[in-house]
Amino acid sequence: MSDLRRELKQNIIEQLNLEELEVTDIDNEVPLFGDGLGLDSIDVLELIVMLEKDYGIKLTDPEQGKEIFASIDKMAEYIEANRTK
Amino acid sequence: MSNGNYKITDFVHIKDHRIFHGKDQVFKTEKSLGLDQFLKASYKKLEIAYPKFHKMDGLCKLGIVASEVLFKDHYISSDTALVFSNSVSSLETDKKHQQAMGRMVSPSIFVYTLPNIVLGEISIKHKLQSENVFFIENRFNAEFMRDYAEVLLEAKKTPAVVCGWIDLKNAEYDVFLCLISKKGEIPLSKENLKQLYLFENE
Repeated sequence: MSDLRRELKQNIIEQLNLEELEVTDIDNEVPLFGDGLGLDSIDVLELIVMLEKDYGIKLTDPEQGKEIFASIDKMAEYIEANRTK
Repeated sequence: MSNGNYKITDFVHIKDHRIFHGKDQVFKTEKSLGLDQFLKASYKKLEIAYPKFHKMDGLCKLGIVASEVLFKDHYISSDTALVFSNSVSSLETDKKHQQAMGRMVSPSIFVYTLPNIVLGEISIKHKLQSENVFFIENRFNAEFMRDYAEVLLEAKKTPAVVCGWIDLKNAEYDVFLCLISKKGEIPLSKENLKQLYLFENE
């Protein structure tokens, strides 16, 4: 597992208070919403804040979120391509 | 008011690291535990198994724990009304949100900056689709709670009402919720509500 993917999982667990999950419980490809991790709309907002705070990425189009937050892999790819810090 | 038709079917107290169901203590932790640790220990002890619990603020966690104990031995109709009160609204979470405003606000904190969110969380958990209301009072107002519960019951809006007090201030908490219906032995009255509320402090 890449360091970024591990870091993302750790941050998601901490910031979204997913206390019953471990890093190893989250697969890179599993959907973060719906039947996957079961995150909700407030979690999306929290992830948007996390992108800006931790990686300097400001999302301006909410529609982008569907694609970026589809899975850990998708998030990591987007961050690697767009991070400013 | 008070026509004698209704009873205090059951009640729960949470205060000072202890949970009482009726007059029986069902859980207790060391006083050295902070609120978060106490709530987490209660969650495990009661086997709540509801991951969303961990995302909630303290007020909602107290409501979920209290309702879990209160509803344990009863069939709870989806029409069961919720009538809660406290003295400080959602102040604990409001303060956290205010502190975050200087930096980057957290949406997951912001959504809990209303006291009636606890009613929504309990309704979601127990699939209630009912009347609910949250009042801010200086202290537990037994007469008002009795009257409000009776009005709802008399209007046939609901077969049961959960009413009471759920206060969280400076990490100190005082929760007293009662299930009011036609079942039970204790008549619904201002005096009985007041006495039961004070019981835990005796």
